[in-house]
Amino acid sequence: MQISFILNGRPTSVEVEPSMLVADLLREQLDLTGTHVGCDTSQCGACVVHLDGVPVKSCTLLAPALDGATLLTIEGLQGEPGSNRLHPMQEAFREHHGLQCGFCTPGMLMTAIALAQDKPNLTEAEVRHGLEGNICRCTGYQNIVVAVMAGAAAMHAAGGE
Amino acid sequence: MKSFAYHQPSQVPEAARLLGALEDSKIVAGGMTLIPTLKQRLAAPPALIDLSKLPGLSGIKDEGPTITIGAMTRHADVARSAMLAERLPALATLASLIGDPAVRNRGTIGGSVANNDPSADYPAAVLGLGATVVTNIRDIPADQYFVGLFETALQPGEIITAIRFPVPLKAGYAKFKAPASRYALVGVFVAQFTDGVRVAVTGAGPGVFRVPPMEQALAQHFDPSAIAAIKIDTEGLTSDIHAEADYRAHLVTVMAKRAVDAALS
Repeated sequence: MQISFILNGRPTSVEVEPSMLVADLLREQLDLTGTHVGCDTSQCGACVVHLDGVPVKSCTLLAPALDGATLLTIEGLQGEPGSNRLHPMQEAFREHHGLQCGFCTPGMLMTAIALAQDKPNLTEAEVRHGLEGNICRCTGYQNIVVAVMAGAAAMHAAGGE
Repeated sequence: MKSFAYHQPSQVPEAARLLGALEDSKIVAGGMTLIPTLKQRLAAPPALIDLSKLPGLSGIKDEGPTITIGAMTRHADVARSAMLAERLPALATLASLIGDPAVRNRGTIGGSVANNDPSADYPAAVLGLGATVVTNIRDIPADQYFVGLFETALQPGEIITAIRFPVPLKAGYAKFKAPASRYALVGVFVAQFTDGVRVAVTGAGPGVFRVPPMEQALAQHFDPSAIAAIKIDTEGLTSDIHAEADYRAHLVTVMAKRAVDAALS
């Protein structure tokens, strides 16, 4: 079937099997390999993308759900328009060393950005509850939580984007 | 995953017709249970019927003595509903404890109630509040809806369109969650009405069930102390890698007390 959607700001139209998972569509057909597949069982959150502005697990999403929707992947993140800068949340992960191997990072970032957009003043408890669906097997989460709080503050200082 | 035909009906009667006509077809709402099931090849339906294009199945309506939630309403929308936070906060709290944020953004109340997973959260609220499961053909009272393990009173071709909850005087939900899946190891929903109290337990057995001795004790005195000494029989409770039956039985009393506490706070 033919599906049309907005992918990282660009109108996109692709032919897919209805059983195609969005994570596979992104990685295999559209060459957007920033979205990672860790567990493939909707536990780990490495595959989180934003569907119509909210985080969802792309390994547990059938491609037909994209039809008419807006999709944002890790590749669509950017700093100030026209600049060559990282998104403030990416910058915070770099600054606070919120990663080791980096495999879970795309999903962590997408979840964290949605959390920060949802609520202006996140508490540490809210960040930890909000990251329940994202698993990191390296860091023990401490630096990730610090990075998310710093990134959220930076996003709001920059106007919420 | 085996390939399947994909249907996106635009009206409920058409969806029901497809469901009846296409042998072994399955409904997909949020897909949070169905898609993992398909990926593991535990099911291989020849056709999926996607309810996302049906109009009027999403949303939360305050109707005074009752609140009706459309079947396709996502857990995240129930969790963040300002109206529910005021009128039936226990239900918003329950929804906020399901899975994780990404799951709550896809999963639907109708899907959860139709699937009737023995550890799911919503069945506890539906039975605990004595809600009505509204389908395309009839209204089913909660006490007749939940039949057993993944089994409900739904007939072939029947589609849940909404759940109608009576608004209680007080209600509370407490769950002890399995740390990895965040499903309820044991979850207890307690609701106080003018004419009595209902206590519903999920996670402990093959399906959600009520606890009449606790209901009677709480009707006399709505306080955690009223049920502190009531233990439920381990007969028929689940024993698995996560917890033995006697531990689940113990947790029922602990979670029931916490649910009453939550209702009172």
